[in-house]
Amino acid sequence: MNGLDLPLIAVVVIAAAVLLYVLLDGFDLGVGILFPLARSPADRDVMMAAIAPYWDGNETWLVLGGGGLFALFPGAYAILMPAFYLPVMGMLLALILRGVAFEFRLHGRRRGKRLWTIAFAAGSTGAAFAQGLVLGGFVQGVKSADGAFAGGPVDWATPYSLLTAVGLVAGYALLGAAWLMVKSRDALHGDARRWAGAAAVAVVALLAAVSLATLGVDVKVAARWGLAGGAINWAHLAPRLPIPALGAVGLALVWLGLRRGSHFLPFAGALVVFLSGYLGLAASVFPAIVPYGVSFRDAANTPGAVAFVLVGVAVMLPLVLGYTAFVYWLFRGKVASDAGHH
Amino acid sequence: MEAILLSRLQFAFTIAFHIIFPSFTIGLASYLAVLEGLWLATKREAFQRLYLFWLKIFALSFGMGVVTGVVMSYEFGTNWSVFSRFAAPVIGPMLAFEVLTAFFLESSFLGVMLLGWKRVGPGLHFTATCLVAIGTLISAVWIIAANSFMQTPAGFALGSDGRLVATSWIAAIFNPSFPERFAHMVLAAYLVTALAVGAASAFILLNDKDQPESRVALRMAIGMFAVIAPLQLFVGDYAGKHIRTDQPSKLAAIEAFWETKAGQPFHIVAWPDRKIAGNRFEVSIPKLGSLITAGDANATVTGLKAFAPEDRPPVFIVFWAFRVMVGLGLAMIGLGLWGAWLTLRGGPERSRLFLKAAVVMGPAGFVAVIAGWTVAEVGRQPWVIWRVMRTAAGVSPVSAHQVSASLLGFLVVYAVIFAAGVLYILRLMAQGPAVQAAPDTADRAPGSPLGFAPPEP
Repeated sequence: MNGLDLPLIAVVVIAAAVLLYVLLDGFDLGVGILFPLARSPADRDVMMAAIAPYWDGNETWLVLGGGGLFALFPGAYAILMPAFYLPVMGMLLALILRGVAFEFRLHGRRRGKRLWTIAFAAGSTGAAFAQGLVLGGFVQGVKSADGAFAGGPVDWATPYSLLTAVGLVAGYALLGAAWLMVKSRDALHGDARRWAGAAAVAVVALLAAVSLATLGVDVKVAARWGLAGGAINWAHLAPRLPIPALGAVGLALVWLGLRRGSHFLPFAGALVVFLSGYLGLAASVFPAIVPYGVSFRDAANTPGAVAFVLVGVAVMLPLVLGYTAFVYWLFRGKVASDAGHH
Repeated sequence: MEAILLSRLQFAFTIAFHIIFPSFTIGLASYLAVLEGLWLATKREAFQRLYLFWLKIFALSFGMGVVTGVVMSYEFGTNWSVFSRFAAPVIGPMLAFEVLTAFFLESSFLGVMLLGWKRVGPGLHFTATCLVAIGTLISAVWIIAANSFMQTPAGFALGSDGRLVATSWIAAIFNPSFPERFAHMVLAAYLVTALAVGAASAFILLNDKDQPESRVALRMAIGMFAVIAPLQLFVGDYAGKHIRTDQPSKLAAIEAFWETKAGQPFHIVAWPDRKIAGNRFEVSIPKLGSLITAGDANATVTGLKAFAPEDRPPVFIVFWAFRVMVGLGLAMIGLGLWGAWLTLRGGPERSRLFLKAAVVMGPAGFVAVIAGWTVAEVGRQPWVIWRVMRTAAGVSPVSAHQVSASLLGFLVVYAVIFAAGVLYILRLMAQGPAVQAAPDTADRAPGSPLGFAPPEP
């Protein structure tokens, strides 16, 4: 593979895996976040059935994110994991509770079922919140020295990371509500539409707040966007303007879809909004993989290991995407509204 | 307590808890593939009922395996970041390949298996079951390869940057202990499943000795005990012979040998104590230790005193974990022989004593697996990678407070999900395979427990 920039390909692979995770598990975590709003246990059964065939595959992208970072950028994995020790552990525990709830809720009797309903909602919300804390802590920057984490145990806990955490919960709720519009009918569909509308309003406000706050977290970020020192540097800003413009297009699609009663457009719009946010993040920190000290090249694994993994990715990823698409196609269409009534 | 000790406790607890579920689901996935194949081939309803019954238990166990497994892919970094950075050039790709070749396959086709009954034809459904079963085995290949590299590292060098560097992927993946350890783990998984299936079937037959599905399942389980349990003894013995040369301090701990000498005795029971560098108490058979470990009663076998005190593993734990594993393994062989004899003489369900023994032995596979992994991992100490990196050198720069908090979290959450999971599985087992919904009830798999969900209050 002479002539290929392997670390660059590797960072694109990792970024794509994390993006796919956020989009895919985002909607099923979002359905969990919306769980307490359901009118009836029957509606909750439908909500769960709308994500049951997919959640396990969706969460596997998170395992690929962790395992892939270990394999491709151990220099980043070894700094970021200790840096975000508590939120990562919180996320894992929350994911355990909501993950077992898929099966346990069906086996629990009266009190057991209620317990797993609560665990599913709390676990989904908690996992999303913890991921938002990691996101905020990441954008703020992580102290490192000689390839090891050099900060304190709660460096990530700031007003900024709280803002990103709330923002991510709202964003996942939007994805979840829009997904439910695709998969549900009748009263639940109407509820999902209202939830999507409310979540969209929250996302507009929080996305704007996070974007502005991000310019303030590190002077390098503001300079990158041509907005440092009170003056606008159009040479820096102009090439990046399509990113917020994409976000605006996404929100417009959500709005249009909700107004016209489309079942699919709000979900497509929500995906575009997330894509824009993700690209904005990448444009703010790249080429750092541990902001703002360690570049992806510094953190990359040995050339032999990176090449070995990328050969595997080249062979396996098309297959994985193929059968993932097959599963989505197989379970297409609306969920039967009598789910769980036999 | 120090962060290192807490991190070790947390890793031991989370991995021991996790391994329960893969060892069950590896075997159960293969069993389900066999049942569905037999059903498609013979159209006997008993196989379909058994498939649908064990599919529900599989779904519960698999879910618990998935969520406790996600933890592992992050815990290397959160608690063992120095190890991760050092070992990633060799181990990293193996873990990435596990995700790419196994986890996606399993998680995608699990959905088809559980919920796709009415959406795909029987051939495609059977294919999904087989793909999940194959996925569990591929997963075992990679994780055993990575762990065996930590036991018997090969195909690597120390790079100029102080990290490992792979010199031969073939040698690193198929390292010296990989083949027998992979065989040992897969056979163990099959035994775990056979014991659980045997116990559940025997429990039903104790109340209704004519229950047809349970009669079939018990015979299948007995066949597995009778063949796999003795085979496992041979594979384990073969692995042990290699441990003598590859990891002599581990072998010395397994057998509580302190002195290096010819004609080592076999200690049936002992109280080995590192403080006095000897056994406080022992009941032994002369020369048998050398015969078992080296194949020659007069062979010289290395004792723990040949190693510096700081290089000796915690011998008490290793010695006893090994005896628990082997003792249970011998009991499994006995159960298999007994069951085979009864089957040839009119049927195992005629002996209530045998059925009770089969029920009692139900959890034995899980205990043996955890004991076996304890031997492997504690016996490797004080190394995290055998004679390459010490465990103490691999720990993350995280505080004891943080690890205490997460360890407490795991203890509480795992206790809750374990209690609930065991309750739901035992409840299903107590109902037995006879209580099944007909497959035509709804737009979902009859194997899906959705069909039995009571209304939420």
